Amino acid sequence: MAVLEILRYPDARLKREAVAVEHFDSALQAFIADLEETMRAGPGGIGIAAPQVDCLQRIVLIDLRGLRKPVPNHGRVVLINPEITTWEGMAVGREGCMSVPDYTGNVIRAERITLTACDAEGVTQQYDFSGYEARAVQHELDHLDGLLFLDRLVSRHRDLFRRKVYQEPPPAK
Amino acid sequence: MKQWYMLTLVGEDRAGIVAAVTRELFNCGSNLGEAAMVRLGGNFSVMLMVEYGGDPELLQQALSGVIERFSLNLHLMQISGELHHHLEPNLQLTVYGADRTGIVAEVTAALAENGFHILDMRTDVAGSSSEPIYVMQIEGFCSLGVAELLPRLKAAAAQQVEIALREIDLMIG
Repeated sequence: MAVLEILRYPDARLKREAVAVEHFDSALQAFIADLEETMRAGPGGIGIAAPQVDCLQRIVLIDLRGLRKPVPNHGRVVLINPEITTWEGMAVGREGCMSVPDYTGNVIRAERITLTACDAEGVTQQYDFSGYEARAVQHELDHLDGLLFLDRLVSRHRDLFRRKVYQEPPPAK
Repeated sequence: MKQWYMLTLVGEDRAGIVAAVTRELFNCGSNLGEAAMVRLGGNFSVMLMVEYGGDPELLQQALSGVIERFSLNLHLMQISGELHHHLEPNLQLTVYGADRTGIVAEVTAALAENGFHILDMRTDVAGSSSEPIYVMQIEGFCSLGVAELLPRLKAAAAQQVEIALREIDLMIG
């Protein structure tokens, strides 16, 4: 096992689209072990996507069990070739990324998602994710399409109160 | 030697100020860091971290044309701050109510007493001129949780205002 180097933006390799995993062999198992060690060594430690360590394959790891403030979660989940099948609800949340140090921003994510993905053995599984875990999954899945949370930033100041400027009616004569 | 300055510009708001100012700054070889521009009561205001290697008098001279053109008020001061010193807020506070004097003083006094470090604050007067409402959004860091801090803030407001305090659940993926 090894801690792999995490690519940091502006490294252009983070903006590439990853390809589907085809071989569920021992090399894949070894890579997943390295990816997990890398995730646990990082500042967030709750999720990682293969493109973050310069592996252009559709592999994501999630594990929210170590959060200081516990949230409902599925434990350690390996998502290979994941496809979101349903989205529900929208919520603004503050995100950061191991590939974008020293910056956080507001991002809108679906509150509940259903997805299908292969596990490490290549067996298709279905998952229902919600809340914080759903946000983490969507953040990591974006990496598979070359997207960073920076691509989805919304205003830090306008998420609670949206103000419209209405034209004052003309004074009565 | 390059040195960081805080450049503050205030004046009547017009389109094109940011472009004109930053073009002059670029032309004289300075580098921009963090900046915040906000329109307050129809006034343009911006604070810019500017890195410059020459005599600050020359920087002021370089801006003199654009200052005159847009009738801006300029303030330039040498600062000791640096980049990459972001502090991450863990709490988000929203206060609103019928506009009256004292809302900010009361609420922020309670924040200070409880060790709340304000990192970002925006306030606005909305509603109509006959029935104005005051809206304040604050982000900051405090070691106290919502359950402990919120009652103290509510107790500090002498007259009725709506106070909401939420945790910012940062997700680093």
